Amino acid sequence: MNLLADAIDWIMAPAQWQGPDALHLLVFQHLYFTGLAVLIASVIAVPAGWAIGHTGRGREAAVGISGAARAIPSFGLLILLVLLLGVIHKPEAAMITFVILAIPSLLAGAYTGFEAIDRSVIDAARAMGMSEWQILFKVEIPLGLPLLLGGLRSAALQVVATVTIAAYVNLGGLGLPIITGLALRRYDMVLGGAILVAVLALAVDGLFSLVQRLVTPHGVRTSQGIARSSRGPKNPTAVPVRPLVKQEGRK
Amino acid sequence: MIEFRNVTKLFPDGTIAVDDFSLVAPSRKITVLVGSSGSGKTTLLRMVNRMVEPTSGGVQIDGEDIVNERPVLLRRRIGYVMQNAGLLPHLTVADNIAAVPKLCGSSHRAARTRALELMETVGLDSHMADRYPSQLSGGQQQRVGVARGLAADPNILLMDEPFGAVDPIVRAELQQELIQLQRELDKTVIFVTHDIDEAFLLGDQVVILATGAKKLQVGSPSEIIENPADDFVAAFIGVDRGRRALRIKHTPNGPVLVDTEGRTQGTLVEDER
Repeated sequence: MNLLADAIDWIMAPAQWQGPDALHLLVFQHLYFTGLAVLIASVIAVPAGWAIGHTGRGREAAVGISGAARAIPSFGLLILLVLLLGVIHKPEAAMITFVILAIPSLLAGAYTGFEAIDRSVIDAARAMGMSEWQILFKVEIPLGLPLLLGGLRSAALQVVATVTIAAYVNLGGLGLPIITGLALRRYDMVLGGAILVAVLALAVDGLFSLVQRLVTPHGVRTSQGIARSSRGPKNPTAVPVRPLVKQEGRK
Repeated sequence: MIEFRNVTKLFPDGTIAVDDFSLVAPSRKITVLVGSSGSGKTTLLRMVNRMVEPTSGGVQIDGEDIVNERPVLLRRRIGYVMQNAGLLPHLTVADNIAAVPKLCGSSHRAARTRALELMETVGLDSHMADRYPSQLSGGQQQRVGVARGLAADPNILLMDEPFGAVDPIVRAELQQELIQLQRELDKTVIFVTHDIDEAFLLGDQVVILATGAKKLQVGSPSEIIENPADDFVAAFIGVDRGRRALRIKHTPNGPVLVDTEGRTQGTLVEDER
């Protein structure tokens, strides 16, 4: 009668790891959807965010668009897109939904990363004769990377949790046991699926926190944190970002 | 030689930062622009490396109009030292200094050698080469800033309140070293400060500016102290106070000089000739 124990029993049962709906296949599907959606969203949002951060233009538009995108309920959008695009385009509909979900965090991560850089650093880089592209690649991108990774991390986390709804339109993933279980009133199955989603989300988060640590430039890591911004208030919808790792120096 | 020819700078918000300013900064001399904040001195400085474009008028370097040169290339051959050093936080000391030679096409190794050489010139121990700016004191960062300004061996060095953010003792030290350095290197320097004592200490030519980069007086420190152009300049440089207002006091051992506070500053000696 212990639901949690039942759920764990369900996960452990050999039957769950066989056949076309074996759990490892569902995990793989789940990660595939997540990875692809975040990748597509990055290709769109990161260059756009960098352009906004570098030029300082279009920030209001970006805040507006990402605010609106955040307000869209993913489930409703998915169903709407399936209806609009037709039943044979379900994978595309799902992918568009997840990409839209991932974009705001990535966009904010890309441009707040640039905005957090001390203006005098950019000024010095320009005064020493760096071209705009050199400023972008040698100064802004490396210094903005930790905050971008923060955006990537929160985007991946949101998507990995939301991919669960893909099962509603028969696309598999770890939502499948949850939805099937609900229909069958098999709550061990529902909870088992939910536990797996949660574990997956924690694993993704842990992985990104590690990567974030690795990409923080050394000189910034050893200092008291990233240089303060002098360009006015931060984006209120900015992604939650870990305080920059106050790790003991490398040597 | 750097020549400002009737430059004016009107910012988009309507402020006239610089109003019809002309000046010649002679080669291999230190020209100091001094004035309170809002006098347009930094704007003038940044016109020389095209970080600011004048609204009208122009700047010439050795008779050549700088508008004919690409800003990026112009900046690489002009050293720039700013307040708070402006070092790139993700690069080591050596990489910060080596950045300009590398931009100019030096190999990694040549740039590194040059960086280590310059660290010695500005009095930084070579074991700091692989530290990051955040691990240095303010004075050390500023030395790195000076070394970086000199890295491409420019003829011109622009210094924007470079010692403004360090404590007075370190500032005095850096000022003396700059004088020493200039003796060896003979650069054409434009130095911006709001500290009149710093201006008189370092400047071969001192330009006192008021709002809108209005020239109140231009001359050597001696010329200005001996003959201030008007009451405002006299008040600004403080001819009537502190170390610049000395009285003769006769003591049994001969005349001495006393400042307004009553402290003895030195003795009056006879001219040797």
